[in-house]
Amino acid sequence: MRVIYYILQKEFKQIFRNRIMLPIIFVIPFVQTIVFVYAATLELKNADISIMDYDKSSLSKRLISDFEASPFFEVSKIVPNNNAVSDLLLKDKAKAVILIPQGFEKDVLSLDGAAIQININAIDGQSAGLINVYIQQIVNSLAIKYLSSDINVQINTIPANAEIRSRFWYNPGLNFKYYILPGILVILVTMMGTFLTALNLVREKEMGTIEQINVTPIKKWQFITGKLLPFWIIGIIVMGFGLLIGRLLYNMPFEGSISLFFLATAIYLILAIGLGLLVSDYANTQQQVMFLLFFFFLVFVLMSGIFTSEESMPDWAQAVNRINPIYYFMKIIRAILLKGAELKNILTEMISMTVYSILVMVFAVWKYRKTH
Amino acid sequence: MNNNNNKIIEVRNLVKRFGNFVANDNLSFDVYKGEIFGFLGANGAGKTTAIKILSGLSYPSSGKIMVAGYDVYKQRNKIKRSIGYMSQKFSLYEDLTVRENIHFYAGIYGLPFKQIQNRTNELIEELGIQEMANKMIADLPLGWRQKLAFSVAIFHKPKIVFLDEPTSGVDPITRRQFWDMIYRSAEKGITVFVTTHYMDEAEYCDRVSIMVDGKIEALDTPTKLKENFGVNLIEDVFIKLARK
Repeated sequence: MRVIYYILQKEFKQIFRNRIMLPIIFVIPFVQTIVFVYAATLELKNADISIMDYDKSSLSKRLISDFEASPFFEVSKIVPNNNAVSDLLLKDKAKAVILIPQGFEKDVLSLDGAAIQININAIDGQSAGLINVYIQQIVNSLAIKYLSSDINVQINTIPANAEIRSRFWYNPGLNFKYYILPGILVILVTMMGTFLTALNLVREKEMGTIEQINVTPIKKWQFITGKLLPFWIIGIIVMGFGLLIGRLLYNMPFEGSISLFFLATAIYLILAIGLGLLVSDYANTQQQVMFLLFFFFLVFVLMSGIFTSEESMPDWAQAVNRINPIYYFMKIIRAILLKGAELKNILTEMISMTVYSILVMVFAVWKYRKTH
Repeated sequence: MNNNNNKIIEVRNLVKRFGNFVANDNLSFDVYKGEIFGFLGANGAGKTTAIKILSGLSYPSSGKIMVAGYDVYKQRNKIKRSIGYMSQKFSLYEDLTVRENIHFYAGIYGLPFKQIQNRTNELIEELGIQEMANKMIADLPLGWRQKLAFSVAIFHKPKIVFLDEPTSGVDPITRRQFWDMIYRSAEKGITVFVTTHYMDEAEYCDRVSIMVDGKIEALDTPTKLKENFGVNLIEDVFIKLARK
C-alpha cells in the first residue's frame, strides 16, 4: 500500500503542476455546455423567410402577420417577382420563400382547395423539414380559424381534421438543452477518463521514465492502481462539477437519485480509464494516442445517440452500438437525469456497462507488460 | 579475483532475436563482484539489448543467465531488488524537484520513511546541492541531472548497477566527475556494468568486452587487450575489431 501512496503522491503533484491540463479539466465543462447549448443548437429559431404576396387580400395579410408573430421565423416581404426565388435561396438571404398566389383568399372561401407555394433550401435536411412543418402549421391553423369565423361557411363543411393533443413526457417544453446537457456530461467524463489516462501513461514512455519504473520491484497492479486511481477520482469530481454547472446555469432537471448517478459514473469511469490504458499499451507517443482516440471518439460519440435517436439508426449501426461504450452511459445518464429512472428501470444497461468495464479493464491490465 | 564464488553475473549462450535479426548472438561472459565491467560497442552492436535482458526489462530468446545469483527467467523480482539501472534516456521526472524524485524512487523500492529522509539529506549534502534540492529537474543542467540519476539508481544500495551510456551528451569535465562517482560506488562494493561508446572511458574499467554486430569479439583488461592487439589505445583495438 505504501508503494501506491508514493505513486499517487507523484501523480497528483504532476497533475496539479501541469499548467495546461489542470485549467482544461475545469474549463472544458463550461465551454462545452455553452457551445452545445447556445451555439450548436438543433432548435429552429429566427429562420429567415421571404414572402411574396400576389393576392394582397385581407387573408394573405393575416397570414403574413401570423408568420411575423412566430418565434421561428424572421419575415421579409418581397415585391412579387418570379425570378427572385432562386436568387434569394442561392444567396442565402432566405431559408424559404413563400408565394401566395393571386386568388388565394377566394379559393379558401370557395372550399375548392387553395394552394400556396413554399420553396425551401433543403441542404440542411433536418431544418428544412422543421421549416416545412412550421409553415404548414401556421397556414392550416389560420385557414381553419378563418373559415370557422366566416358565417357563410358551415362548420361541418370544413375539411375534417382529427385534432391530436400531445403530451410530451420527461421534457415537456421540448427543451433541446435538457436533451443535450446529459450528453455533454458523458462526453466530458469520457474525455477525462480515456484521453488523460492514455496521454499520461504514454508520456512516461516518451520521457523514458517507464523503464526506470520497470526495473524496480514494483508490482504491475501497484503501478497501474497508482496511475489510474487519480483519473478515476478526477473523473468523478469533474462529473460533479459538470452537473453543478448544468443545474446552476441551465437549470437542468435531475429527476433520479444522485447516488445512482454517481454509481453509474464510477462504473463508466472504469471503462473509460480501461480504454485509456489499453490504448497506451499499443501507442508509443502522445501523437499516436491522439490520432487513435480521436478516430474512435468521434465515431462513438456520433453513434451514441447524442444528437440523433439511437432507435432510428439502421440495424447495422444499432449492432455496432453494442460495442460502443458511450452508448450505454448516454442512455443511463439521460434516463436518470430526465426520466428519474431507478436501478430496476436501467438494469440491463447497467449490467452491460459493468460487464463491459470489467472486460476492458482486465484485458488492458493483462496486455500491460513490465517486461518486453 | 577470478574465482567462481565471486561471479555476480553469469551469462551462457545468450541469444536475443527480433524476427530474423539477431541482436545478441550467443553471448557468454561473467562479471565479478565489485568490478567495473565495460561493455563496449558501436551504436547498434547490441549493448542496450543485452543490458535490458540482464536488468529484467526484456526477455532473452535463449541462454542461461544468472544475475546476483538469481535466474532471469524465474526470479525477475528478486533480481530487481538487487540491481540499479540508469538508461541513456534521461529518467528522472522533470516536473518534480530533486528531493521529490529521490523520495519517489526510494518509496517504490519500499525503503522505510525515516531512512528515505535521512539518506536523502545525506546525499544532498554529499553532492553539495543544498540550493538545488527543491528545484525542478527541468531547471537543472544536463550534467547534474545525470549525476542525480546515477545517485537515484544506487540509492537503495543495490549489488549491481547497470549504466546504459550514462555519459552520452555531457561535457568532458562532467564525464570525469561522473566517473569519480562510479569509482566511489565501486569502492563501496557495488558492481558496475557500464556500456559506452566513448573509448577513452574504457580505460577506466577493470575489464572490457567489445561487441561487434551482436557478438563479443574481445574480453579482457584494458592493458591486456592493448598488448594482444599491439596498440596503445583501446580505440585502436576497437577499430581493428570493427574492420575485421
